[in-house]
Amino acid sequence: MNDTSNNAELKASPFGGGLEGAADSLQASFPGQIHETPGGGIVLSKLDDVINWARSNSLWPLTFATSCCGIEMMAVASAKYDFSRFGFEVARASPRQADVIIIAGTIVNKMAPVLKRLYDQMADPKYVIAMGACAISGGPFFYNTYSVVKGADHVIPVDVYVAGCPPRPEALLHALMSLQEKIKSGLTREQIQEPKPSAAGDQLHQI
Amino acid sequence: MTNEAIQATITELLPSATFDEGGEWLVVNVAPEEWKQLALHLRNDPTLSMDYLYCVTCVDWKTHLSMVYHLSSTIFRHTIVVKSKLDAAEPVIDTVSDIWQTANFNEREAYEMFGVQFRNHPDLRLLILPDGWEGKRPMLKDFEDPVNMIRL
Repeated sequence: MNDTSNNAELKASPFGGGLEGAADSLQASFPGQIHETPGGGIVLSKLDDVINWARSNSLWPLTFATSCCGIEMMAVASAKYDFSRFGFEVARASPRQADVIIIAGTIVNKMAPVLKRLYDQMADPKYVIAMGACAISGGPFFYNTYSVVKGADHVIPVDVYVAGCPPRPEALLHALMSLQEKIKSGLTREQIQEPKPSAAGDQLHQI
Repeated sequence: MTNEAIQATITELLPSATFDEGGEWLVVNVAPEEWKQLALHLRNDPTLSMDYLYCVTCVDWKTHLSMVYHLSSTIFRHTIVVKSKLDAAEPVIDTVSDIWQTANFNEREAYEMFGVQFRNHPDLRLLILPDGWEGKRPMLKDFEDPVNMIRL
C-alpha cells in the first residue's frame, strides 16, 4: 500500500468506504476501521456497533397479517422476492421468537388490544414496520368508519412506514432494508427511548 | 319450480303480495305484518319447501329501511327473494329464527347495524359490536363517525 491509501484509512467512517478493493466491501457491511499490519490486519470497532450490525442481519418477522397487505408480505417471503436473502430468515408464529412485527393490514378497534399484547410479548430488542395505508393512518377507512384504528402508531410505536395500498413487494423489501440501516445507526424507537428506571430502583425510591 | 309457478303459488297463499320480475330470481314484496305468515307457508308448503335461508340483509334507503331475505330449497333447487319495507323511525318485523335457526345470528347483526327490532327474537343483543356500544347504528346512512367525519 502506498501513502495515499494510508491517509484514506485514517479518515474512514464506521459505515462508509474510504478504503478500496477487497477491504472496501468489508468496510461497507461491517462497522469499524481496518488497520493493516504485516501478515494481516486489525479491525477496530465499537461493541455497540457490532451488536447492532449482528442484530440487523438476523431479524425474524412475526406472522401477523390482518388484511390484503398480508398477501404481499407472503409474496415477499416466497421464492420470487425472498426476504431471507436479507436476514429476515424465517417468519415465526410466536411473538416470543420474533424480532420484528410487520403490521400488514387494517387494525380495527377490536384488534388493537391483540396487537398491543403481541407487541408486549415480543422479546427485546423489537422493531415495528407499518405496512400499507391502513397501518399508517387507517387508509381508505380514515373517514366515516365506526371500527378502524386511524393508524397503528396509536397502539404501538412504529419504526418504518411503507406507503402503498398494498405496497409492492419491492417496497416492503426496501422498508426492511431501511429498518436494517436504522438499527445499524442506532436510531430505532427502542434504541433512542429513555432508559426505564429498574424495578429495584423504584423500590429504593419508595423506601 | 319455475319463477312463474312460484309466483302463482305465493299469490294463492298471500294475495296481497306483489312481485318484481325480470331478474334471475323472483322478488316477493310483503308487508312486515304479513311476513311471518308467509314465511311459515314458504317453509311448510310441500311444493315450495324453502328450507334454506341463506342471506338476511337490511338496506337503508333513507326514506325507509328494507329487509331482504334470500330463500332457497335444497330439495327443488329454486330460489326466491323476499323484501319487506320497514318504517325508518320505528323498524319492527317478526323474527323468523324459530323457522330457520340461522336467522338468529343474522337478525342480531341487522339489529346492531341498523337497529331493526325483531319481535319475539329469543336473544336480541349485539353480535359483533363491543358490549356497551353507545350511539347510532353504524350502517345507517346518517351515522356519524365521532373521530373523522366528512360529508359529501
